[in-house]
Amino acid sequence: MSARPAPQTIGRLERPALTGVLVREVVNFSSYWKSSTFSSTVEPTIYLLAFGFGFGSLLSTIGGYDYVEFVATGTVATAVLFSSAFPAMFGTFVKYQFQRTYDAILAAPVDTEELVSAESLWIATRAGVYGCVPLLVGIAFGLDPRWSMLAVPFIAFIAGFGWANFGISVAGFANSFENFNYIVSAVLTPLFLVAGTFFPLTQLPDWAQFLAQFNPLYHCVKLVRHASFGWSGWSDIGSLVFLIAFGLVMWRIAIRAMTRKLID
Amino acid sequence: MSGDLAIRLRGVVKRYGPITAVDGLDLDVPFGTCVGLLGPNGAGKSTTMRLLTAQAIADEGELEVLGFRLPEESKVARAQCGVAPQLDNLDTTLTVEQNLLVFTHLYRIGRVDRRAAIERALEMAKLVDRRTSRVDKLSGGMRRRLLIARALVHQPRLVLLDEPTGGLDPQVRQELWALVDALRAQGTTILMSTHYIEEAQRLADTVMIMSHGKAVAAGAPAELVAEYAGRQAVEVYGPPSRLAEVEAEAHAKGFRTRRTGTSVSVLGVEDADGRAPQGERRPANLEDVFVLLTGESIE
Repeated sequence: MSARPAPQTIGRLERPALTGVLVREVVNFSSYWKSSTFSSTVEPTIYLLAFGFGFGSLLSTIGGYDYVEFVATGTVATAVLFSSAFPAMFGTFVKYQFQRTYDAILAAPVDTEELVSAESLWIATRAGVYGCVPLLVGIAFGLDPRWSMLAVPFIAFIAGFGWANFGISVAGFANSFENFNYIVSAVLTPLFLVAGTFFPLTQLPDWAQFLAQFNPLYHCVKLVRHASFGWSGWSDIGSLVFLIAFGLVMWRIAIRAMTRKLID
Repeated sequence: MSGDLAIRLRGVVKRYGPITAVDGLDLDVPFGTCVGLLGPNGAGKSTTMRLLTAQAIADEGELEVLGFRLPEESKVARAQCGVAPQLDNLDTTLTVEQNLLVFTHLYRIGRVDRRAAIERALEMAKLVDRRTSRVDKLSGGMRRRLLIARALVHQPRLVLLDEPTGGLDPQVRQELWALVDALRAQGTTILMSTHYIEEAQRLADTVMIMSHGKAVAAGAPAELVAEYAGRQAVEVYGPPSRLAEVEAEAHAKGFRTRRTGTSVSVLGVEDADGRAPQGERRPANLEDVFVLLTGESIE
């Protein structure tokens, strides 16, 4: 009846496939944006208020910064983490295991690489927006706005992309929800505390300061702080390169993890 | 060579560790036909379905879907296929219409055609009045119709239905049969897996019976019945000891039998001239063939 079709080139990372997955996320977001926005903004705000005003009453300045301003800029990284790694971990697992959404998407002309890329771009975009909340709260409490702060959503996006792919990788390798506890306790909590969010790393022993150089959250905190108080040249470019590399490496790992999980 | 086949599988093997789910399967689905994959749970039907969308990669064998080689060219083939999975994976917090909208994007329907595609799918599934209902407010039958309609938004040439009526009430099942029949009438090629014999008998032009990952018989339902079970069967009821006797006698006289739980059916008795045991006469059916070929008991 119909002859064999001419050989076609099978594109990778095709725009219609990415768009399809993104449209699904955006349409779904319209049904849960309130709760998601609430948790992604209230949590870092509570940290900001608790630490900023709790500790802020004991010490007014730290490392030359007003303490509230120090914490306001630091908690951007917290907001990014909470709105990227966590939704990526739990959301991916739920969509894979319980809702079986990925089975439906992969039956359409979408491959795992496109699926993971679109999902992480979407989460990174949200992290880019939610990451700005602590800064806005900080401004309300007296942080001086600066033009260079316009870089913050982009920094949050890049860091969010890495953490989203980190979360997808964890979900890809995990066999059950319980496995997430190990990651949260053993990886995320230490990284979160040793990032210079609430206290400067200069207080820590040398080895801890050295290890912190490999913590993506530390570089995120540093870039946001420098965007708010003044850039420091090559060192900031180094941090930016580190975050981009973190994102790209985690992206490839996430694709590998999910391919293993989704394709028998 | 395979120009008139929508699906062509040759010697396909798929193993999961020590288990061979699909074991040297050959399958032809000609364009414009509805083929039913019939088999007990665990026969390899769902694995076969996953192989056809490259969500499982075969260890051995050749697979072609719509003329495209799998898994290399699967993405192009998938663009022209519609898949309704066995497990409902609709977005439950979205409306009927939103679910369809998402799939018009995933199946790359152009902006100008999207509206019409959604309307067509709504009408096909008889969900026009429920377009703004959230999926979690729909009945089981409506959800299943939506699941199938979602696979049809892009007017695919080939539709894969994995257990389309699994777990539904008989009344609801009939609604879905009407939907599949309408699709058939349009000339869409369908591959449907099922373990409901009546479903295969009513909807499929040809049935392939699978057992332990292999095709054990294939043909039109009526031909399969004639070939394996003859035209008529006698059902004999009684206590288990009596049933065993009937079986032994029938086998001695060269009849085939099958258990139906409370009775024994002696098959192919149309020309038996009194050699057959006394009992209720009935036409032979596809279920007789199914049980004969896939085994009496569940392993």
